[in-house]
Amino acid sequence: MVIRPPRPTAPSRLTARERARRAARGGASRSVPAPLLVPALIAILFLVLPLAGLLVRAPWGRIASALSGADATQALTLSLWTATASTAISLVIGVPLAWVLARTSFPGQRLLRSLVTLPLVLPPVVGGVALLLAFGRTGFVGRYLDSWFGLTIPFTPLAVVMAETFVAMPFLIITVEGALRSADQGFEEAAATLGARRMTVFRRITVPMIAPSLGAGAVLCWARALGEFGATITFAGSFPGQTETMPIAVYYALENDPDAAIALSLVLLLVSVVVLVSLRDRWLRGSPL
Amino acid sequence: MTEPDRGGLVADIEVKRGSFTLAVSLEAAPGQVLGLLGPNGAGKSTLLSAAAGLTPVSAGRITLAGQVLDDADQGTFVEASGRPIGFVFQNYRLFPHMSVADNVAFSPRARGLGKQAARSAASYWLDRLGLTELAGRKPGQLSGGQAQRVALARALAGQPSLLLLDEPLSALDAGTRLDVQAELKRHLADFSGPCLLVTHDPIEALVLADRVVVLEHGRIVQEGTPALIARQPGTDYVAKLVGLNLYAGRADGSAVVLTGGGAFVIPDHGQHGNVLVAVRPSAIVVSTQPPQSTSARNTWQAKVTGLTLLADRVRLDLDGQPPALVDVTPAAVTELSLDPGSQVWLTVKATDVEVYPHNGAAQAG
Repeated sequence: MVIRPPRPTAPSRLTARERARRAARGGASRSVPAPLLVPALIAILFLVLPLAGLLVRAPWGRIASALSGADATQALTLSLWTATASTAISLVIGVPLAWVLARTSFPGQRLLRSLVTLPLVLPPVVGGVALLLAFGRTGFVGRYLDSWFGLTIPFTPLAVVMAETFVAMPFLIITVEGALRSADQGFEEAAATLGARRMTVFRRITVPMIAPSLGAGAVLCWARALGEFGATITFAGSFPGQTETMPIAVYYALENDPDAAIALSLVLLLVSVVVLVSLRDRWLRGSPL
Repeated sequence: MTEPDRGGLVADIEVKRGSFTLAVSLEAAPGQVLGLLGPNGAGKSTLLSAAAGLTPVSAGRITLAGQVLDDADQGTFVEASGRPIGFVFQNYRLFPHMSVADNVAFSPRARGLGKQAARSAASYWLDRLGLTELAGRKPGQLSGGQAQRVALARALAGQPSLLLLDEPLSALDAGTRLDVQAELKRHLADFSGPCLLVTHDPIEALVLADRVVVLEHGRIVQEGTPALIARQPGTDYVAKLVGLNLYAGRADGSAVVLTGGGAFVIPDHGQHGNVLVAVRPSAIVVSTQPPQSTSARNTWQAKVTGLTLLADRVRLDLDGQPPALVDVTPAAVTELSLDPGSQVWLTVKATDVEVYPHNGAAQAG
């Protein structure tokens, strides 16, 4: 077979601006082929349209009154403090666990890591059922809490915090563990040669050096806790003022007061945008966790 | 083992890291700067790491002032944080989130001083190293020389009994290196404990160290004063570092037969047996004609295989019996029209040939 030497294809238009851009970037053509462009546009519409709908349908005139209703205020307050509490708990117990996973090795560590991160992929409602089976009145732990201390967890604000912690803490753990793994341990060695014991090293060197990841992990954890629905409603129920968090309130409001539902959703959307902005350096630039 | 020097460091150790084994026995007296010279991968940093307690030894023991730091046979080990050491790392490892003052105060604080006392200890060392004005800066805002001084201040502020320096000047550019080197020498002179200084720069070892240990492939291949090592290198590596031609051979009174071919006439000092022969590249004379009636006792033919322009002279790479590196002036290269391939005669006076006994461990070509 004879291959004919290639010839240039017919020239197309290239504006001066495009010429300058290509020269500056050093790239070849940057036009998007149609088979990629069309699906990409569909994806954009799919993701953006619902959010736009939320903004278009928002009862802007009476948003304040919709949010100032007793139910909405209660739900907002409950959500904010439970999400904050579960983030605090996650920091106190999750960061040490992240350190153990990153800095030690022991038999079964891989299995433990899988178990710890399982809630990331587990359907939250399954987490709720599991919590109920463990800490419910007849659960294998809850039974004793009930008979020995008279402590009943399910359907209380404490249950909300536990459900949120169960679902959200793994986000903090994997973020911090990744940071600990990639942190330069040379500084910790240096601190040791300067006489610092391991706890001092952790407190004065390790934590400050992973502070950005710690912050990102905490924000991520808080946002996840704030949006928690499945595990919470399963384990804690939906008693207004007691366990009815924002997402649950939105869900019920949609039936009898859609305007309130939209107003509450807007609040959650606003929070999410703030979270995203605070994490933008880490996520929008495509860097790993 | 002999009774350890009071205050000194005694290490007789073996450290295994994968397939690499470091096996050395050395002592450093109080106030002495022991230079550890060797190529990359010789085990210099591993040795420092073992002395610091960052790597436990596989066999043997390390004592400081008679106190055991690590003893593999007894199974005792003092953690790095429990050793009275100061470590200046190659890239300093200054804590990036702390100010210079907090970096220097770190060790006094970690070793039990209160906040105020640690701060005043730090300010003493900052003052002593001329860093007071930089106290509020973060390490990222320091020049290389300043960072080096901060690292030294931080190490000294912990009042160590043993100072460990890992290539302390290698991160500096050539311009600041000389200044910092002179300054470092002053501070090392003030330090009363033993000091291990890792370097692969012979000048650094010559200037800073009182005694030098040459490490290659995890073994000590030569030990001595810097001057001796510079004049009588024991291995090709050191010979190359100090810029000498080095040959192994057998001496028989007034002549040495070289192992790699060729021979030298030497002043007869009654040397016999295995010897090393060192010849300075500038001591060898190059001529394009067979030299007639000269007082130089050694003449041989060689072929130019390469020319390298050094700062003020040209280094000729010559193949002959024996091969040699020879330094000549650029003018000589032109006048003799030396090119790769030129046939020349080399001469060297017998008195310019340094002959010394060859110890078993050393290897030379």
